[in-house]
Amino acid sequence: MTTTAAPLDVTALRADFPILSRTVRDGKRLVYLDSGATSQRPTQVLDAERTFLQTANAAVHRGAHQLSEEATDAYENARARIADFIGAQFDEVVFTKNATEGVNLVAYAMGNAATSGPEAARFLIGPGDEIVITEMEHHANLVPWQQLAQRTGATLRWFGVTPEGRLDLSDLDSLITDRTKVVAFAHQSNVLGTVNPVSVLVDAARRVGALTVLDACQSVPHGPVNFGALGVDFAVFSGHKMLGPSGVGVLYGRRELLATLPPFLTGGSMIELVRMEGSTFAPPPARFEAGVPMTSQAVGLGAAVDYLRVVGMERIAAHEHVLTAAALEGLGAVPGVRIIGPTSTENRGGAVSFVIDGVHPHDAGQVLDSLGIAVRVGHHCAWPLHRALGVPASVRASFYLYNSLDEVDALVSGVREAQRFFGVA
Amino acid sequence: MQLQQMYQEIILDHYKRPHGRGLRDPYDAESFQVNPTCGDEVTLRVHVVDDVVTDVSYDGQGCSISQASTSVLTDLVVGKPVGEAFKKMDAFVELMQGRGQIEPDEDVLEDGIAFAGVAKYPARVKCALLGWMAFKDAVSRSQGAKTA
Repeated sequence: MTTTAAPLDVTALRADFPILSRTVRDGKRLVYLDSGATSQRPTQVLDAERTFLQTANAAVHRGAHQLSEEATDAYENARARIADFIGAQFDEVVFTKNATEGVNLVAYAMGNAATSGPEAARFLIGPGDEIVITEMEHHANLVPWQQLAQRTGATLRWFGVTPEGRLDLSDLDSLITDRTKVVAFAHQSNVLGTVNPVSVLVDAARRVGALTVLDACQSVPHGPVNFGALGVDFAVFSGHKMLGPSGVGVLYGRRELLATLPPFLTGGSMIELVRMEGSTFAPPPARFEAGVPMTSQAVGLGAAVDYLRVVGMERIAAHEHVLTAAALEGLGAVPGVRIIGPTSTENRGGAVSFVIDGVHPHDAGQVLDSLGIAVRVGHHCAWPLHRALGVPASVRASFYLYNSLDEVDALVSGVREAQRFFGVA
Repeated sequence: MQLQQMYQEIILDHYKRPHGRGLRDPYDAESFQVNPTCGDEVTLRVHVVDDVVTDVSYDGQGCSISQASTSVLTDLVVGKPVGEAFKKMDAFVELMQGRGQIEPDEDVLEDGIAFAGVAKYPARVKCALLGWMAFKDAVSRSQGAKTA
Protein backbone atom coordinates (compact mmCIF):
# COMPACT_ATOMS: atom_id res chain seq x y z
CA MET A 1 0.00 0.00 0.00
CA THR A 2 1.44 3.38 -0.93
CA THR A 3 0.12 6.68 0.14
CA THR A 4 1.32 10.23 0.09
CA ALA A 5 -0.76 11.19 3.09
CA ALA A 6 0.92 11.89 6.41
CA PRO A 7 1.23 8.89 8.73
CA LEU A 8 -1.27 8.49 11.54
CA ASP A 9 -0.70 10.31 14.78
CA VAL A 10 -1.44 7.29 16.96
CA THR A 11 -0.97 9.16 20.24
CA ALA A 12 -3.60 11.72 19.26
CA LEU A 13 -5.94 9.03 17.94
CA ARG A 14 -5.72 7.00 21.12
CA ALA A 15 -7.15 9.90 23.08
CA ASP A 16 -10.46 9.15 21.33
CA PHE A 17 -10.51 5.62 22.78
CA PRO A 18 -10.85 5.87 26.58
CA ILE A 19 -10.60 2.12 27.11
CA LEU A 20 -7.07 2.07 25.74
CA SER A 21 -5.79 4.07 28.68
CA ARG A 22 -6.95 1.61 31.31
CA THR A 23 -4.68 -0.88 32.97
CA VAL A 24 -5.18 -4.61 33.41
CA ARG A 25 -3.73 -7.40 35.58
CA ASP A 26 -2.23 -5.39 38.45
CA GLY A 27 -1.49 -2.14 36.72
CA LYS A 28 -0.16 -3.33 33.37
CA ARG A 29 -0.69 -0.97 30.46
CA LEU A 30 -3.31 -2.50 28.15
CA VAL A 31 -1.90 -3.58 24.80
CA TYR A 32 -4.99 -4.40 22.79
CA LEU A 33 -4.12 -6.66 19.86
CA ASP A 34 -7.50 -8.32 19.37
CA SER A 35 -9.30 -5.95 17.03
CA GLY A 36 -9.86 -8.80 14.59
CA ALA A 37 -12.32 -10.16 17.17
CA THR A 38 -13.79 -6.82 18.12
CA SER A 39 -12.50 -3.28 17.86
CA GLN A 40 -12.70 -0.54 20.47
CA ARG A 41 -15.04 2.41 20.02
CA PRO A 42 -14.10 6.07 19.96
CA THR A 43 -16.03 8.62 22.03
CA GLN A 44 -17.45 10.00 18.76
CA VAL A 45 -19.33 6.72 18.25
CA LEU A 46 -20.41 6.48 21.88
CA ASP A 47 -21.58 10.10 21.79
CA ALA A 48 -23.56 9.56 18.60
CA GLU A 49 -25.43 6.66 20.19
CA ARG A 50 -26.08 8.56 23.39
CA THR A 51 -27.19 11.73 21.62
CA PHE A 52 -29.58 9.76 19.44
CA LEU A 53 -31.06 8.00 22.47
CA GLN A 54 -31.33 11.22 24.44
CA THR A 55 -32.92 13.29 21.71
CA ALA A 56 -34.55 11.23 18.96
CA ASN A 57 -35.18 7.67 20.09
CA ALA A 58 -38.30 6.08 18.64
CA ALA A 59 -39.27 3.03 16.61
CA VAL A 60 -38.33 3.77 13.00
CA HIS A 61 -40.63 3.52 9.99
CA ARG A 62 -43.77 3.64 12.10
CA GLY A 63 -45.56 6.30 14.12
CA ALA A 64 -46.73 9.73 13.05
CA HIS A 65 -44.87 11.71 15.66
CA GLN A 66 -41.83 13.91 15.42
CA LEU A 67 -39.50 11.57 17.29
CA SER A 68 -40.36 8.75 14.92
CA GLU A 69 -39.59 11.01 11.97
CA GLU A 70 -36.26 12.06 13.43
CA ALA A 71 -35.32 8.51 14.37
CA THR A 72 -36.16 7.29 10.87
CA ASP A 73 -34.08 10.09 9.37
CA ALA A 74 -31.12 9.21 11.60
CA TYR A 75 -31.42 5.52 10.71
CA GLU A 76 -31.75 6.08 6.97
CA ASN A 77 -29.08 8.74 6.99
CA ALA A 78 -26.67 6.26 8.58
CA ARG A 79 -27.58 3.77 5.85
CA ALA A 80 -26.79 6.32 3.15
CA ARG A 81 -23.38 7.20 4.64
CA ILE A 82 -22.47 3.53 5.08
CA ALA A 83 -23.55 2.80 1.50
CA ASP A 84 -21.36 5.61 0.24
CA PHE A 85 -18.45 4.29 2.32
CA ILE A 86 -18.55 0.89 0.58
CA GLY A 87 -19.37 1.99 -2.96
CA ALA A 88 -23.05 0.99 -2.83
CA GLN A 89 -26.44 2.58 -3.40
CA PHE A 90 -28.47 3.23 -0.24
CA ASP A 91 -30.99 0.49 -1.09
CA GLU A 92 -28.21 -2.04 -1.51
CA VAL A 93 -27.44 -1.88 2.22
CA VAL A 94 -29.44 -4.14 4.53
CA PHE A 95 -28.92 -3.83 8.28
CA THR A 96 -28.50 -7.17 10.03
CA LYS A 97 -27.49 -7.93 13.58
CA ASN A 98 -24.00 -8.95 12.42
CA ALA A 99 -22.17 -10.45 9.45
CA THR A 100 -23.14 -13.98 10.49
CA GLU A 101 -26.78 -13.06 10.10
CA GLY A 102 -25.99 -11.56 6.71
CA VAL A 103 -24.58 -14.85 5.40
CA ASN A 104 -27.49 -16.77 6.90
CA LEU A 105 -29.90 -14.32 5.29
CA VAL A 106 -28.55 -15.09 1.81
CA ALA A 107 -28.34 -18.84 2.47
CA TYR A 108 -31.86 -19.13 3.88
CA ALA A 109 -33.31 -16.81 1.24
CA MET A 110 -31.84 -19.06 -1.45
CA GLY A 111 -33.37 -22.04 0.28
CA ASN A 112 -36.71 -20.24 0.21
CA ALA A 113 -36.51 -19.72 -3.57
CA ALA A 114 -38.07 -23.16 -4.15
CA THR A 115 -41.31 -22.00 -2.54
CA SER A 116 -41.28 -18.48 -3.99
CA GLY A 117 -42.53 -17.16 -7.30
CA PRO A 118 -40.82 -17.46 -10.70
CA GLU A 119 -38.99 -14.16 -10.11
CA ALA A 120 -36.79 -16.00 -7.59
CA ALA A 121 -35.68 -18.65 -10.10
CA ARG A 122 -32.21 -17.07 -10.14
CA PHE A 123 -31.69 -18.33 -6.58
CA LEU A 124 -33.01 -21.89 -6.92
CA ILE A 125 -30.62 -24.50 -5.57
CA GLY A 126 -30.98 -28.25 -5.25
CA PRO A 127 -29.47 -31.65 -5.97
CA GLY A 128 -26.77 -31.46 -8.63
CA ASP A 129 -25.98 -27.84 -7.80
CA GLU A 130 -22.76 -26.92 -6.05
CA ILE A 131 -21.74 -24.36 -3.46
CA VAL A 132 -18.05 -23.48 -3.49
CA ILE A 133 -16.30 -22.03 -0.45
CA THR A 134 -12.70 -22.11 0.79
CA GLU A 135 -10.90 -23.98 3.51
CA MET A 136 -9.82 -20.69 5.10
CA GLU A 137 -13.34 -19.51 5.84
CA HIS A 138 -14.48 -18.34 9.23
CA HIS A 139 -17.22 -20.66 10.51
CA ALA A 140 -19.70 -17.85 9.75
CA ASN A 141 -19.08 -18.26 6.02
CA LEU A 142 -18.85 -22.04 6.22
CA VAL A 143 -21.52 -23.57 8.45
CA PRO A 144 -24.46 -21.69 6.82
CA TRP A 145 -23.39 -23.11 3.43
CA GLN A 146 -23.00 -26.63 4.83
CA GLN A 147 -26.50 -26.28 6.19
CA LEU A 148 -27.92 -24.94 2.93
CA ALA A 149 -26.38 -27.91 1.12
CA GLN A 150 -27.92 -30.26 3.65
CA ARG A 151 -31.36 -28.71 3.37
CA THR A 152 -31.43 -28.57 -0.41
CA GLY A 153 -29.38 -31.58 -1.50
CA ALA A 154 -26.75 -29.36 -3.11
CA THR A 155 -23.07 -30.30 -2.80
CA LEU A 156 -20.50 -28.28 -0.86
CA ARG A 157 -17.03 -28.01 -2.40
CA TRP A 158 -14.05 -25.92 -1.42
CA PHE A 159 -10.72 -24.48 -2.43
CA GLY A 160 -7.75 -25.70 -0.41
CA VAL A 161 -5.02 -23.58 1.09
CA THR A 162 -1.31 -23.68 0.21
CA PRO A 163 1.23 -24.32 2.98
CA GLU A 164 2.06 -20.61 2.85
CA GLY A 165 -1.55 -19.77 3.60
CA ARG A 166 -2.67 -18.60 0.16
CA LEU A 167 -5.76 -19.80 -1.64
CA ASP A 168 -4.88 -22.79 -3.83
CA LEU A 169 -6.35 -21.79 -7.18
CA SER A 170 -4.82 -24.71 -9.10
CA ASP A 171 -8.18 -26.45 -9.37
CA LEU A 172 -10.16 -23.31 -10.16
CA ASP A 173 -11.54 -24.75 -13.41
CA SER A 174 -12.65 -28.03 -11.89
CA LEU A 175 -14.21 -26.34 -8.85
CA ILE A 176 -16.15 -23.53 -10.49
CA THR A 177 -18.26 -25.14 -13.19
CA ASP A 178 -21.72 -24.98 -14.73
CA ARG A 179 -22.98 -26.74 -11.61
CA THR A 180 -21.79 -23.93 -9.31
CA LYS A 181 -24.57 -21.77 -7.89
CA VAL A 182 -22.64 -19.86 -5.24
CA VAL A 183 -19.01 -18.95 -4.61
CA ALA A 184 -18.56 -17.67 -1.06
CA PHE A 185 -15.17 -16.55 0.24
CA ALA A 186 -13.36 -14.25 2.62
CA HIS A 187 -11.91 -11.02 1.32
CA GLN A 188 -9.22 -11.24 3.98
CA SER A 189 -8.64 -14.28 6.17
CA ASN A 190 -9.23 -13.59 9.85
CA VAL A 191 -6.40 -15.99 10.73
CA LEU A 192 -3.81 -15.77 7.95
CA GLY A 193 -4.24 -12.15 7.00
CA THR A 194 -4.26 -13.36 3.39
CA VAL A 195 -6.12 -11.08 0.99
CA ASN A 196 -7.83 -13.23 -1.60
CA PRO A 197 -7.91 -12.45 -5.33
CA VAL A 198 -11.51 -11.25 -5.56
CA SER A 199 -11.40 -10.50 -9.28
CA VAL A 200 -10.18 -14.00 -10.19
CA LEU A 201 -13.05 -15.61 -8.27
CA VAL A 202 -15.65 -13.10 -9.41
CA ASP A 203 -14.64 -13.59 -13.06
CA ALA A 204 -14.78 -17.37 -12.74
CA ALA A 205 -18.17 -17.23 -11.02
CA ARG A 206 -19.57 -14.84 -13.62
CA ARG A 207 -18.47 -17.09 -16.47
CA VAL A 208 -20.71 -19.85 -15.12
CA GLY A 209 -23.50 -17.63 -13.82
CA ALA A 210 -22.80 -18.33 -10.13
CA LEU A 211 -23.48 -15.83 -7.38
CA THR A 212 -20.60 -14.46 -5.31
CA VAL A 213 -20.78 -13.81 -1.57
CA LEU A 214 -17.87 -11.95 0.01
CA ASP A 215 -17.07 -12.08 3.72
CA ALA A 216 -15.66 -8.58 4.15
CA CYS A 217 -15.47 -8.55 7.96
CA GLN A 218 -11.70 -8.22 7.93
CA SER A 219 -11.37 -5.93 4.93
CA VAL A 220 -13.96 -3.15 5.23
CA PRO A 221 -12.61 -1.98 8.63
CA HIS A 222 -8.99 -1.88 7.49
CA GLY A 223 -8.77 -0.30 4.05
CA PRO A 224 -10.70 1.21 1.16
CA VAL A 225 -13.27 -1.29 -0.14
CA ASN A 226 -15.72 -0.63 -2.96
CA PHE A 227 -18.16 -3.48 -3.51
CA GLY A 228 -19.46 -1.95 -6.72
CA ALA A 229 -15.96 -1.94 -8.18
CA LEU A 230 -15.19 -5.44 -6.88
CA GLY A 231 -18.25 -6.71 -8.71
CA VAL A 232 -19.39 -9.10 -5.99
CA ASP A 233 -23.08 -9.96 -5.78
CA PHE A 234 -23.35 -10.00 -2.00
CA ALA A 235 -21.02 -9.01 0.83
CA VAL A 236 -21.25 -8.91 4.61
CA PHE A 237 -19.44 -7.13 7.43
CA SER A 238 -19.95 -6.36 11.12
CA GLY A 239 -20.14 -2.99 12.83
CA HIS A 240 -18.21 -3.95 15.94
CA LYS A 241 -15.05 -4.76 14.01
CA MET A 242 -14.91 -1.23 12.53
CA LEU A 243 -15.20 0.98 15.63
CA GLY A 244 -18.98 0.65 15.64
CA PRO A 245 -21.43 -0.94 18.06
CA SER A 246 -22.14 -4.64 18.35
CA GLY A 247 -25.60 -5.75 17.27
CA VAL A 248 -25.38 -4.19 13.83
CA GLY A 249 -23.92 -5.52 10.62
CA VAL A 250 -24.48 -5.03 6.93
CA LEU A 251 -25.50 -7.23 4.06
CA TYR A 252 -24.66 -5.62 0.75
CA GLY A 253 -26.52 -6.96 -2.28
CA ARG A 254 -26.58 -5.74 -5.84
CA ARG A 255 -29.83 -3.88 -6.41
CA GLU A 256 -31.20 -6.19 -9.12
CA LEU A 257 -30.51 -9.26 -6.99
CA LEU A 258 -32.06 -7.92 -3.79
CA ALA A 259 -35.09 -6.99 -5.89
CA THR A 260 -35.92 -10.67 -6.46
CA LEU A 261 -34.30 -12.37 -3.46
CA PRO A 262 -36.97 -14.03 -1.29
CA PRO A 263 -37.20 -12.90 2.33
CA PHE A 264 -35.48 -14.68 5.22
CA LEU A 265 -36.99 -13.33 8.47
CA THR A 266 -40.61 -12.30 8.08
CA GLY A 267 -42.98 -10.18 10.18
CA GLY A 268 -43.59 -6.50 10.68
CA SER A 269 -41.91 -3.77 8.59
CA MET A 270 -41.00 -6.11 5.74
CA ILE A 271 -44.48 -6.42 4.22
CA GLU A 272 -46.35 -4.66 1.49
CA LEU A 273 -49.81 -6.11 2.07
CA VAL A 274 -50.99 -8.65 4.61
CA ARG A 275 -54.23 -10.63 4.36
CA MET A 276 -55.13 -13.71 6.33
CA GLU A 277 -54.65 -15.78 3.18
CA GLY A 278 -51.18 -14.49 2.35
CA SER A 279 -48.83 -11.51 2.16
CA THR A 280 -46.70 -9.60 -0.27
CA PHE A 281 -43.41 -8.02 0.62
CA ALA A 282 -41.86 -4.58 0.66
CA PRO A 283 -39.07 -3.70 -1.76
CA PRO A 284 -35.49 -3.97 -0.44
CA PRO A 285 -33.93 -3.10 1.88
CA ALA A 286 -37.10 -3.12 4.02
CA ARG A 287 -37.96 -6.65 2.84
CA PHE A 288 -34.94 -7.94 4.74
CA GLU A 289 -35.40 -5.90 7.93
CA ALA A 290 -38.30 -7.54 9.73
CA GLY A 291 -39.32 -6.12 13.08
CA VAL A 292 -38.22 -2.91 14.78
CA PRO A 293 -34.55 -2.74 13.82
CA MET A 294 -31.51 -1.84 15.90
CA THR A 295 -31.43 1.92 15.67
CA SER A 296 -28.87 3.50 17.98
CA GLN A 297 -26.47 0.83 16.73
CA ALA A 298 -27.03 1.82 13.11
CA VAL A 299 -26.55 5.46 14.07
CA GLY A 300 -23.35 4.47 15.89
CA LEU A 301 -22.10 2.60 12.84
CA GLY A 302 -22.80 5.69 10.77
CA ALA A 303 -20.64 7.67 13.19
CA ALA A 304 -17.91 5.01 12.98
CA VAL A 305 -17.86 5.34 9.21
CA ASP A 306 -17.61 9.12 9.57
CA TYR A 307 -14.70 8.68 11.96
CA LEU A 308 -12.88 6.25 9.64
CA ARG A 309 -13.39 8.61 6.69
CA VAL A 310 -11.87 11.53 8.54
CA VAL A 311 -8.83 9.45 9.47
CA GLY A 312 -8.69 8.04 5.94
CA MET A 313 -8.89 4.39 4.93
CA GLU A 314 -5.71 4.63 2.83
CA ARG A 315 -3.81 5.93 5.83
CA ILE A 316 -5.24 3.24 8.08
CA ALA A 317 -4.21 0.55 5.60
CA ALA A 318 -0.72 2.06 5.32
CA HIS A 319 -0.40 2.22 9.11
CA GLU A 320 -1.44 -1.40 9.58
CA HIS A 321 0.95 -2.39 6.82
CA VAL A 322 3.83 -0.94 8.85
CA LEU A 323 2.68 -2.73 12.02
CA THR A 324 2.24 -6.03 10.16
CA ALA A 325 5.69 -5.81 8.61
CA ALA A 326 7.19 -5.14 12.04
CA ALA A 327 5.31 -8.05 13.61
CA LEU A 328 6.30 -10.46 10.85
CA GLU A 329 9.91 -9.39 11.17
CA GLY A 330 9.95 -9.34 14.96
CA LEU A 331 8.19 -12.65 15.48
CA GLY A 332 9.99 -14.23 12.55
CA ALA A 333 13.29 -13.52 14.27
CA VAL A 334 12.33 -15.46 17.40
CA PRO A 335 13.60 -19.06 17.20
CA GLY A 336 10.79 -21.55 17.66
CA VAL A 337 8.08 -19.19 16.43
CA ARG A 338 6.30 -20.05 13.21
CA ILE A 339 3.97 -17.65 11.42
CA ILE A 340 0.71 -19.23 10.22
CA GLY A 341 0.09 -17.39 6.97
CA PRO A 342 2.11 -15.39 4.48
CA THR A 343 5.40 -14.10 5.82
CA SER A 344 5.49 -11.22 3.34
CA THR A 345 3.17 -8.23 3.51
CA GLU A 346 2.10 -8.60 -0.12
CA ASN A 347 -1.69 -8.99 -0.37
CA ARG A 348 -1.80 -9.38 3.36
CA GLY A 349 -3.59 -7.60 6.15
CA GLY A 350 -2.92 -7.09 9.82
CA ALA A 351 -3.92 -10.41 11.37
CA VAL A 352 -0.74 -12.21 12.39
CA SER A 353 -1.18 -15.74 13.70
CA PHE A 354 1.62 -17.91 14.97
CA VAL A 355 2.58 -20.95 16.99
CA ILE A 356 5.43 -21.32 19.46
CA ASP A 357 7.22 -24.66 19.69
CA GLY A 358 6.64 -26.18 23.11
CA VAL A 359 4.15 -23.55 24.28
CA HIS A 360 0.48 -24.19 23.68
CA PRO A 361 -1.33 -21.10 22.31
CA HIS A 362 -3.62 -20.99 25.33
CA ASP A 363 -0.61 -20.90 27.64
CA ALA A 364 1.11 -18.29 25.49
CA GLY A 365 -2.03 -16.16 25.64
CA GLN A 366 -2.04 -16.46 29.42
CA VAL A 367 1.55 -15.22 29.69
CA LEU A 368 0.81 -12.35 27.30
CA ASP A 369 -2.30 -11.50 29.32
CA SER A 370 -0.23 -11.35 32.50
CA LEU A 371 1.81 -8.67 30.71
CA GLY A 372 -1.32 -6.73 29.72
CA ILE A 373 -1.27 -7.92 26.11
CA ALA A 374 -4.67 -9.00 24.76
CA VAL A 375 -4.51 -11.51 21.90
CA ARG A 376 -6.81 -14.22 20.61
CA VAL A 377 -5.91 -17.87 21.11
CA GLY A 378 -7.54 -21.01 19.77
CA HIS A 379 -8.78 -21.70 16.26
CA HIS A 380 -10.39 -18.27 15.79
CA CYS A 381 -13.59 -19.80 14.40
CA ALA A 382 -11.59 -21.32 11.55
CA TRP A 383 -11.17 -24.89 12.71
CA PRO A 384 -10.89 -26.55 9.28
CA LEU A 385 -8.18 -24.07 8.33
CA HIS A 386 -6.12 -24.97 11.39
CA ARG A 387 -6.61 -28.65 10.66
CA ALA A 388 -5.48 -28.11 7.06
CA LEU A 389 -2.33 -26.36 8.23
CA GLY A 390 -1.60 -29.08 10.77
CA VAL A 391 -1.89 -26.97 13.92
CA PRO A 392 -4.55 -27.47 16.56
CA ALA A 393 -4.64 -23.81 17.52
CA SER A 394 -2.68 -20.60 17.19
CA VAL A 395 -2.05 -17.23 18.80
CA ARG A 396 -3.36 -14.27 16.82
CA ALA A 397 -2.39 -10.65 17.13
CA SER A 398 -4.56 -8.31 15.07
CA PHE A 399 -3.89 -4.64 14.57
CA TYR A 400 -5.92 -1.52 14.01
CA LEU A 401 -5.45 2.19 13.58
CA TYR A 402 -4.84 2.78 17.30
CA ASN A 403 -1.97 0.31 17.65
CA SER A 404 1.64 1.43 17.74
CA LEU A 405 5.04 -0.04 16.92
CA ASP A 406 5.75 -0.07 20.68
CA GLU A 407 2.90 -2.51 21.04
CA VAL A 408 4.36 -4.77 18.37
CA ASP A 409 7.62 -4.73 20.34
CA ALA A 410 5.70 -5.59 23.51
CA LEU A 411 4.15 -8.56 21.70
CA VAL A 412 7.51 -9.87 20.54
CA SER A 413 9.10 -9.58 23.97
CA GLY A 414 5.98 -11.13 25.49
CA VAL A 415 6.43 -14.14 23.22
CA ARG A 416 10.04 -14.46 24.37
CA GLU A 417 8.82 -14.25 27.96
CA ALA A 418 6.36 -17.10 27.30
CA GLN A 419 9.23 -19.19 25.96
CA ARG A 420 11.31 -18.45 29.06
CA PHE A 421 8.41 -19.21 31.38
CA PHE A 422 7.78 -22.60 29.80
CA GLY A 423 11.48 -23.36 29.58
CA VAL A 424 11.76 -23.66 25.82
CA ALA A 425 14.23 -20.82 25.25
CA MET B 1 3.28 -12.73 40.40
CA GLN B 2 -0.12 -13.95 39.22
CA LEU B 3 1.32 -16.17 36.54
CA GLN B 4 3.22 -18.33 39.03
CA GLN B 5 0.10 -18.61 41.18
CA MET B 6 -1.67 -20.15 38.24
CA TYR B 7 1.12 -22.23 36.81
CA GLN B 8 2.26 -23.97 39.99
CA GLU B 9 5.36 -26.14 39.65
CA ILE B 10 3.16 -29.19 40.20
CA ILE B 11 1.12 -28.28 37.12
CA LEU B 12 4.18 -27.70 34.97
CA ASP B 13 5.67 -31.02 36.17
CA HIS B 14 2.55 -32.94 35.22
CA TYR B 15 2.48 -31.11 31.87
CA LYS B 16 6.08 -31.99 31.04
CA ARG B 17 5.97 -35.51 32.50
CA PRO B 18 2.35 -36.65 32.33
CA HIS B 19 1.25 -39.71 34.32
CA GLY B 20 -0.66 -42.53 32.69
CA ARG B 21 -0.61 -41.04 29.23
CA GLY B 22 -1.27 -43.20 26.16
CA LEU B 23 -4.30 -45.30 25.25
CA ARG B 24 -4.28 -48.82 26.66
CA ASP B 25 -6.23 -52.08 26.61
CA PRO B 26 -8.24 -53.49 28.23
CA TYR B 27 -10.93 -50.86 28.70
CA ASP B 28 -14.69 -50.80 29.08
CA ALA B 29 -15.57 -47.44 27.64
CA GLU B 30 -13.99 -44.51 25.90
CA SER B 31 -14.96 -40.84 25.77
CA PHE B 32 -13.86 -38.13 23.37
CA GLN B 33 -14.22 -34.59 24.67
CA VAL B 34 -13.37 -31.36 22.96
CA ASN B 35 -13.29 -27.75 24.04
CA PRO B 36 -14.97 -25.97 21.12
CA THR B 37 -13.53 -22.59 21.96
CA CYS B 38 -9.89 -23.63 21.64
CA GLY B 39 -9.92 -27.03 19.95
CA ASP B 40 -8.29 -28.88 22.85
CA GLU B 41 -9.27 -32.52 22.84
CA VAL B 42 -8.88 -35.65 24.89
CA THR B 43 -9.73 -39.29 24.29
CA LEU B 44 -9.96 -41.15 27.59
CA ARG B 45 -10.56 -44.81 28.41
CA VAL B 46 -11.60 -46.37 31.68
CA HIS B 47 -11.32 -49.93 32.87
CA VAL B 48 -13.59 -50.72 35.80
CA VAL B 49 -13.39 -54.10 37.56
CA ASP B 50 -15.75 -54.91 40.43
CA ASP B 51 -16.66 -51.24 40.71
CA VAL B 52 -13.03 -50.22 41.07
CA VAL B 53 -11.30 -47.96 38.53
CA THR B 54 -8.37 -50.16 37.60
CA ASP B 55 -7.03 -48.10 34.73
CA VAL B 56 -7.46 -44.72 33.08
CA SER B 57 -5.57 -44.15 29.86
CA TYR B 58 -5.76 -41.13 27.60
CA ASP B 59 -4.41 -39.27 24.65
CA GLY B 60 -5.04 -35.80 23.34
CA GLN B 61 -3.61 -32.41 22.74
CA GLY B 62 -4.09 -29.21 24.54
CA CYS B 63 -2.71 -26.60 26.85
CA SER B 64 -0.69 -27.23 29.99
CA ILE B 65 -3.77 -26.90 32.18
CA SER B 66 -5.87 -29.49 30.35
CA GLN B 67 -2.99 -31.93 30.02
CA ALA B 68 -1.77 -31.57 33.60
CA SER B 69 -5.24 -31.90 35.08
CA THR B 70 -5.83 -35.15 33.18
CA SER B 71 -2.50 -36.43 34.46
CA VAL B 72 -3.49 -35.56 38.04
CA LEU B 73 -6.84 -37.25 37.44
CA THR B 74 -5.18 -40.58 36.80
CA ASP B 75 -3.26 -40.29 40.07
CA LEU B 76 -6.43 -39.53 41.97
CA VAL B 77 -8.83 -42.14 40.63
CA VAL B 78 -6.89 -45.22 39.56
CA GLY B 79 -7.30 -47.93 42.19
CA LYS B 80 -10.29 -46.21 43.80
CA PRO B 81 -13.90 -47.41 43.92
CA VAL B 82 -16.07 -45.54 41.44
CA GLY B 83 -17.97 -43.80 44.26
CA GLU B 84 -14.77 -42.42 45.79
CA ALA B 85 -13.45 -41.39 42.38
CA PHE B 86 -16.65 -39.44 41.76
CA LYS B 87 -16.33 -37.75 45.16
CA LYS B 88 -12.87 -36.56 44.14
CA MET B 89 -14.27 -35.40 40.83
CA ASP B 90 -17.01 -33.44 42.59
CA ALA B 91 -14.44 -31.83 44.87
CA PHE B 92 -12.28 -30.88 41.89
CA VAL B 93 -15.24 -29.47 39.94
CA GLU B 94 -16.31 -27.48 43.00
CA LEU B 95 -12.79 -26.11 43.38
CA MET B 96 -12.63 -25.11 39.72
CA GLN B 97 -16.01 -23.42 39.75
CA GLY B 98 -15.28 -21.58 42.98
CA ARG B 99 -13.69 -18.48 41.41
CA GLY B 100 -10.73 -18.94 43.72
CA GLN B 101 -12.85 -18.67 46.88
CA ILE B 102 -12.67 -22.34 47.91
CA GLU B 103 -9.95 -23.78 50.12
CA PRO B 104 -9.11 -27.19 48.64
CA ASP B 105 -8.68 -30.30 50.81
CA GLU B 106 -5.27 -31.80 50.09
CA ASP B 107 -6.32 -35.16 51.58
CA VAL B 108 -8.95 -35.45 48.86
CA LEU B 109 -7.35 -33.73 45.90
CA GLU B 110 -3.60 -34.26 46.48
CA ASP B 111 -1.76 -32.61 43.52
CA GLY B 112 -5.16 -31.34 42.37
CA ILE B 113 -4.96 -28.51 44.92
CA ALA B 114 -2.39 -26.87 42.63
CA PHE B 115 -5.26 -25.91 40.33
CA ALA B 116 -6.79 -23.54 42.91
CA GLY B 117 -5.14 -20.60 41.11
CA VAL B 118 -6.62 -21.64 37.77
CA ALA B 119 -10.11 -21.19 39.21
CA LYS B 120 -9.50 -17.43 39.21
CA TYR B 121 -9.43 -17.46 35.40
CA PRO B 122 -12.91 -18.36 34.12
CA ALA B 123 -11.62 -18.91 30.59
CA ARG B 124 -9.31 -21.67 31.81
CA VAL B 125 -11.73 -23.59 34.01
CA LYS B 126 -12.97 -25.53 30.99
CA CYS B 127 -9.38 -26.55 30.24
CA ALA B 128 -8.95 -27.97 33.73
CA LEU B 129 -12.23 -29.89 33.52
CA LEU B 130 -11.80 -31.38 30.04
CA GLY B 131 -10.26 -34.68 31.18
CA TRP B 132 -12.68 -34.94 34.09
CA MET B 133 -15.68 -34.58 31.80
CA ALA B 134 -14.25 -37.39 29.70
CA PHE B 135 -13.78 -39.52 32.82
CA LYS B 136 -17.34 -38.93 33.99
CA ASP B 137 -18.71 -39.74 30.54
CA ALA B 138 -16.56 -42.86 30.11
CA VAL B 139 -17.51 -44.27 33.52
CA SER B 140 -21.20 -43.70 32.90
CA ARG B 141 -20.84 -45.38 29.52
CA SER B 142 -19.07 -48.34 31.12
CA GLN B 143 -21.83 -48.65 33.69
CA GLY B 144 -24.48 -48.36 30.97
CA ALA B 145 -22.73 -51.08 28.98
CA LYS B 146 -22.63 -53.40 31.99
CA THR B 147 -26.28 -53.01 32.94
CA ALA B 148 -27.44 -53.29 29.34
